[in-house]
Amino acid sequence: MIDCIYTENLCKEYGSVKAINNLNLSVRKGEIFGFLGPNGAGKTTTIRVLTTLTRPTSGRVSVGGYDVVTEPAKVKKEIGVVQQHLSLDRDLTALENMEFHARIQHLSSSERKKRIAELLEYIELADCANQLIDALSGGMKKKVAIACSLLHAPKLLFLDEPTVGLDAQTRRRLWDFVRRLNKDGTTIFLTTHYIEEAEVLCDRVGIMHHGQLIAVDTPTGLREKVGSTVVEILTDNKETHYQFFANREAANDYVKGLSSEAKTVIIRESNLEDVFIEQTGEKVGDQ
Amino acid sequence: MMGMLGDIYSVFWLDLRVLRRHWMSLIATSLVLPLLYLVAFGYGLGRGMAVDGFPYLSFVIPGIVALTAFSISFNGAASKLQVDKMYYKSFDELLMSPVSSYAIIIGKALIGMVRGAISAVAIYAVGLILAPSMLISPLFFLILLLSCFVFALFGVLIAFIVSSHHGMSNFSTLVILPMTFLCGTFFSLNQLPAVAKGVLYFLPLTHSTELLRSILLDLPFPWLSFAGLLIFGVVFFIGCKVALRRSSV
Repeated sequence: MIDCIYTENLCKEYGSVKAINNLNLSVRKGEIFGFLGPNGAGKTTTIRVLTTLTRPTSGRVSVGGYDVVTEPAKVKKEIGVVQQHLSLDRDLTALENMEFHARIQHLSSSERKKRIAELLEYIELADCANQLIDALSGGMKKKVAIACSLLHAPKLLFLDEPTVGLDAQTRRRLWDFVRRLNKDGTTIFLTTHYIEEAEVLCDRVGIMHHGQLIAVDTPTGLREKVGSTVVEILTDNKETHYQFFANREAANDYVKGLSSEAKTVIIRESNLEDVFIEQTGEKVGDQ
Repeated sequence: MMGMLGDIYSVFWLDLRVLRRHWMSLIATSLVLPLLYLVAFGYGLGRGMAVDGFPYLSFVIPGIVALTAFSISFNGAASKLQVDKMYYKSFDELLMSPVSSYAIIIGKALIGMVRGAISAVAIYAVGLILAPSMLISPLFFLILLLSCFVFALFGVLIAFIVSSHHGMSNFSTLVILPMTFLCGTFFSLNQLPAVAKGVLYFLPLTHSTELLRSILLDLPFPWLSFAGLLIFGVVFFIGCKVALRRSSV
């Protein structure tokens, strides 16, 4: 497998704050890689470094086989980026936004016409092409932003918190869309603080905490490392304790031996939130 | 070279599209303040007065044309760029594209130049009705375009440097507003002590006012001010390049 993204001891500091702390990461060609972590964990800063927007303080970083610091122009040709904030021009229509992105990606007039028509069909928004951006729904805007990032057919697509602010139904539609893109050959690097998104969408997940990568594996692999079954115990003083077990039988045996102090006991399959709790002692949503 | 020109046009294309959509309101609002200055200072305070041997109205119109070029070019370049950079983050799209930093700077300045030139020409046209003795000269249009471009570069530079709405507001109050009243728009710099006059020559609007006034009133061409304006243009461009270099890889 070829590494699409490779970082070695990558650091980014803002004064005394280490936004990225010795990040060693490799993302393989063709996979959907998810960066999971709470707000402020360093996910967006990492994307900004990988996409040439922010200069790293130290360490090595290459994207698409090119060094981000010394060969930014080559990196820019390899990547498409959808930022967390909707970075479309609200004074323009969906079509005009796409036209602008096609122009700054150096597509010729005929290429522009062809790719825009193709992508409008692909995102199923051909009928809304001439509407101003603000007239579109949140999900439609996100699709237009993704289409803009795909105009030059990038090999690697960065999605920073792609489903923030979207309702559950739109979120699931967007996941299908991302899967389709990946199936069509685009490597996806996405950040999220939604546990479910990382679990159902990503081939591999990296968990970020205070600028450090604390675990990387497939969602199943990460869950198995902490234990596939979890016992959640709510005590009288309203604290929740977690115990992890390799299987349900072991969890059942543990529950039988619990004292009466345990007010409520839940046995369930573990998820990536549990992995985060086990690794950091905090919930993703606590940050 | 063709690639660079294409990139400049691509950056300019977006803002031009927005201008085409809102041209009526953008131009109408940009004319309100200069027209008020024209009425208040030209007709109100200055009626019957003479400055440097010219009727005050003839003296003040070139100054108001330069002032319009300055304020509209500066704001026309700075305001949308600042919003795109700070709030919508759409400026990041340009930084992540293969477009060169030179093309970004020039493309972003061009929209300020166009807006400033349209408004200044409109004020000039009104001025011609009020003071028909003013000259119509191709050199006027050349210097006007140069002034607008330099002021727009100034706007791009400040939008790159200032990182908050509050900061922009402070800059306007502390720098732009004093320039409006001190750079020879409404009075002759010859009335000031030599030291004060010298200080005001460190402001770009002073040179633009001198140039446009000399052309419209058929005075000797102030080559020093022409050089001054060019130097300001080069300094602003280099400043933009440095600021852009600091903001991304």
